[in-house]
Amino acid sequence: MRLTKDEVKKVAKLANLPLSDEEEEKYSQQLSKILDYIEQLNSVNTDGVEPTFNVSGQENVVRADEPVASLTQDEALQNAPQRENGFFVTKRVLGEENG
Amino acid sequence: MADITSLSLTQTLKALEDKELSLEELNEAYLERIEKYNRELNAYLYVNNDNKKIPAAIKDVIVTRGIPTTAASKILEGFNPPYDATVINNLFEQGVGILGKTNHDEFAMGSSNENSAYEVVKNPWDKTKVPGGSSGGSAAAVAADLCVLALGSDTGGSIRQPASLCGIVGFKPSYGTVSRYGLIAMASSLDQIGPMTKSVEDAAIVTDWIAGPDRHDGNCQDKKWSLDKNKLKSGIKGLKVGVAKEYFKEGLDKGVEKVVKEAIKKLEDLGVKIVGISLPNTKYAVAAYYIILASEVSSNLARFDGIRYGKSRDQFGPEVKRRVMLGTYSLSSGYWDDYYAKAAKVRTLIKQDFEKAFEKVDVIVGPVSPTTAWDFGTKTADPLSMYLSDIYTIPANLAGIPAISVPCGFSQGLPVGLHIQGKFREDSTVLQTAFAYEQATDWRKEKPKL
Repeated sequence: MRLTKDEVKKVAKLANLPLSDEEEEKYSQQLSKILDYIEQLNSVNTDGVEPTFNVSGQENVVRADEPVASLTQDEALQNAPQRENGFFVTKRVLGEENG
Repeated sequence: MADITSLSLTQTLKALEDKELSLEELNEAYLERIEKYNRELNAYLYVNNDNKKIPAAIKDVIVTRGIPTTAASKILEGFNPPYDATVINNLFEQGVGILGKTNHDEFAMGSSNENSAYEVVKNPWDKTKVPGGSSGGSAAAVAADLCVLALGSDTGGSIRQPASLCGIVGFKPSYGTVSRYGLIAMASSLDQIGPMTKSVEDAAIVTDWIAGPDRHDGNCQDKKWSLDKNKLKSGIKGLKVGVAKEYFKEGLDKGVEKVVKEAIKKLEDLGVKIVGISLPNTKYAVAAYYIILASEVSSNLARFDGIRYGKSRDQFGPEVKRRVMLGTYSLSSGYWDDYYAKAAKVRTLIKQDFEKAFEKVDVIVGPVSPTTAWDFGTKTADPLSMYLSDIYTIPANLAGIPAISVPCGFSQGLPVGLHIQGKFREDSTVLQTAFAYEQATDWRKEKPKL
């Protein structure tokens, strides 16, 4: 297996994806098979080849610094699962959750 | 006048102009047809009964203000966008309104529509078959005359492949022709919105409507692409048409091959010069694509944190999770050079293949999909076999070039599309070739029996 179940667990943590035991097993198999297929890229000689990240040909695009209307606070918050006093409610980031 | 819902956009615009038809009658006719056929086809996830403008079907991965937008995912169930995508505003300015939001593979990830969180779309030509994906709902809605026009999005073939499998026209413009603002991002360096229509002229009109620079999308070209109807209809005599040997190898269904070769013969009859070409790196396109795609997916979908909108990340479906996992892995420490950077270099080689070929030819033609529509469930257990069904469409996204699927016949009763790819930013030549082919054949007149 190219990607072990332990590695799947580690990647899932990095990706912030809650996976079930069964999913970890399945993804270990399926992703290993996909990575085996992708392995063929190593047979391509890319010495001296520049990578392509964008094909638009546009560079350093800037726009005029003019104020325009944007979403109102209510609109920006309208889909938030939890809000309070005009803010999004999130889990605590620093310290203990109930500390 | 012919049946209202069988009219193309071009014909509908004329009928409206000549007052042979009112917008009320138009919307009524389509709503009636949706009422009759959508339950079975499941092309629409949402139908707007109050539309007063020219009725368009919009893929549900494009945000529409005040109209639910789900990206065909449970994670966005109940999401009510506070703004309209740029393409939607552009359509509104042309008197086009939203008749409904169409089904597709979750977050546009898939080739069969089986990854939708809201049940599959059925192919109007044979309801036991997939409509293709990811824009399967838009394709089925156009094929079954449930809308005048539709929008789809194409990251690796998601407009062209379902267009081919459902026997309609699907056009992916050059990258940067149409603003992506308001398209829920899958892979930003590949995504492009485009039309799915009943005719090539319709596709050209819709592209003209939605194209143009946008302050919200820095990759949009400053110069707007505009339709020149005289050029569109000027014929293709003397045009150099490339046929790549790599597109006719193992894996191509014999029936599809026969139909596509007959289409190429037809182009020859129309006065083009056929030139044999080679695109040697085509065989690496799927592998490079899945690394680049998955990497961009894992980054783009990080925004779904359940704080500002949407539900928690366990609500993603299996294919979305699979791609987020693959992308996170390929971008993770120690693997970046082996996977993402390597794939980006192979992307350069694929782009150069096209650049070399286009020194000799004006367009490149071939099949859109290696097969016609397949049975439900055939490829769902093996994600790799599903990925390989996009082998002919993926390279155009990697290179950013324009490409269209135009109906070119049937194999065992199922539609086949002709793929026409053009030079970067020479969208007009692609449309011109497709138009000449379409007008010389009668395939567009065939309709599925529902």
